Amino acid sequence: MRCAVPLRYALAAAALCLVWQAGALALGPDLLPSPGETFALFLRALGTAAFWADMGMSTWRLALGLGLAVCVAFPAGLLMGHCRRADAVAAPLVFLTYPLPKIVLLPVFFTFLGLGDAPRVLLIALTTGYQILVIVRGTAMGLDPACRKVFRSLAGTAGGAGRGMLLQTLRHVYVPAALPGLFTSLKVAVGTAVAVLFLAESFATRSGLGFRIMDAWGRGDAPEMFVGILGMSLLGLALYALCCLGERAFCPWRNA
Amino acid sequence: MSFELSAEDLTRDYGSGPVLEPLSFTLAAGERLAVIGESGCGKSTLLGLLSGMEKPSRGRVRIRFMEGTSGDSVERRPRSAFVWQNLGLFPWKRVLANLTLPLELAGVGKAGREARAFAMLDELGLNGLEKRWPASLSGGQRQRLALGRALIAEPDVLFLDEPFSALDALTRERLQDFLLGLLKRRRCTTVLVTHDIGEAVFLGTRVLVLGGRPARAAAWLENPLSGKPDSRERAEFFHMSRRVHAALSGSSLRKEDEPEGVE
Repeated sequence: MRCAVPLRYALAAAALCLVWQAGALALGPDLLPSPGETFALFLRALGTAAFWADMGMSTWRLALGLGLAVCVAFPAGLLMGHCRRADAVAAPLVFLTYPLPKIVLLPVFFTFLGLGDAPRVLLIALTTGYQILVIVRGTAMGLDPACRKVFRSLAGTAGGAGRGMLLQTLRHVYVPAALPGLFTSLKVAVGTAVAVLFLAESFATRSGLGFRIMDAWGRGDAPEMFVGILGMSLLGLALYALCCLGERAFCPWRNA
Repeated sequence: MSFELSAEDLTRDYGSGPVLEPLSFTLAAGERLAVIGESGCGKSTLLGLLSGMEKPSRGRVRIRFMEGTSGDSVERRPRSAFVWQNLGLFPWKRVLANLTLPLELAGVGKAGREARAFAMLDELGLNGLEKRWPASLSGGQRQRLALGRALIAEPDVLFLDEPFSALDALTRERLQDFLLGLLKRRRCTTVLVTHDIGEAVFLGTRVLVLGGRPARAAAWLENPLSGKPDSRERAEFFHMSRRVHAALSGSSLRKEDEPEGVE
């Protein structure tokens, strides 16, 4: 089926709303409020400062966590992917701790870092950082070895590997070659980040969409809870869209 | 300024006996050496040694630049350029950025780079394509871009490792013509590795046939025909091709097969 991208997304959204509506009819408004009711409430919430404060708080925590993850994991992934000695040391450490569910460390972080934003941001950064690290390392390792040879020959310093050469290679080869991997990993990480955010916001805080959801749930206010869920979904969707835009902007050769 | 590249008893041993028997020769500026042999016969090793990408086990490569008429010679690193079969164009760089990369790495300013790049794009027949990505070019266009990138920084020596072997026969001939044109407008010494007899005879002013294990010079053929117009159509071309073929298959032509006797 060939039709415009926005149309296909609109159709998919409509189909999801239909399923939701069917579920709402089957379960009743106390268990699952209908999409119409939820959207009306959501629109009303958009006019309140409290909703935007929660949305802003959640966005801030996500941005900080993901930003920290990229700043650490992207260079680390490049280093492991291109330097065999660094990889020999780091890979066992990474892969022993990679399967560990980082989420269980939340209480530990609360103990060490207090009940502020730091443990929440750190949890997001740690979980998504591993995903970014593993994918960027793999992308770097998959670089055609000929690329390095060709680049050296162009620089006219066959065999030489001074510091200036390393910087030039990073700039012209290693970083651009790893960017598609970075954006792929970010798309995966955004989904994880929102999930971790919810958990990190459901304890010991009175701000953020996660708190809003848990608070409404505690009060038995199903419609209000779904407003929070819808807000969190849209936040995840917006971040995913941002990743796609970033990929288009930073990897323009991929859509040529 | 004149230039000379000489191999002196050049040999390479990877630990399990030599790959290359000691080889000595001298190439003058503007000469084109075509090295031909079976796959795995050591011709890429020879290219690596001549270019300095590989260190010889024994012997050495000397490059001398003779200044003016005094005949004083100086040794310095030559500017060398490479074209490989897989080209090594960077997919994340536009045509213009790929073309000017050697200049950028040599520290040439933006204005200087672009002036030379547009002159080169003209010569390559790639005008108007400077903003394209390599992936959106045709095979022949990509090949011309790779040749242009190799020549843009005006190298003293150009090394080509089976540059056209992935192309169909007609495109290959067209690119051989194109490369010859580029080289004739410059005084760039060229070393070409190939397994295509026609390519060696068309492009090489000298043809080195490598054979045996370890590889040794099975034949050294002077080929004044290369570079003459319509050389492919001439009887001498076929004769030279047969001599290369004979050297490759280990036999040698008898005296009566000299050009006059070509059937």
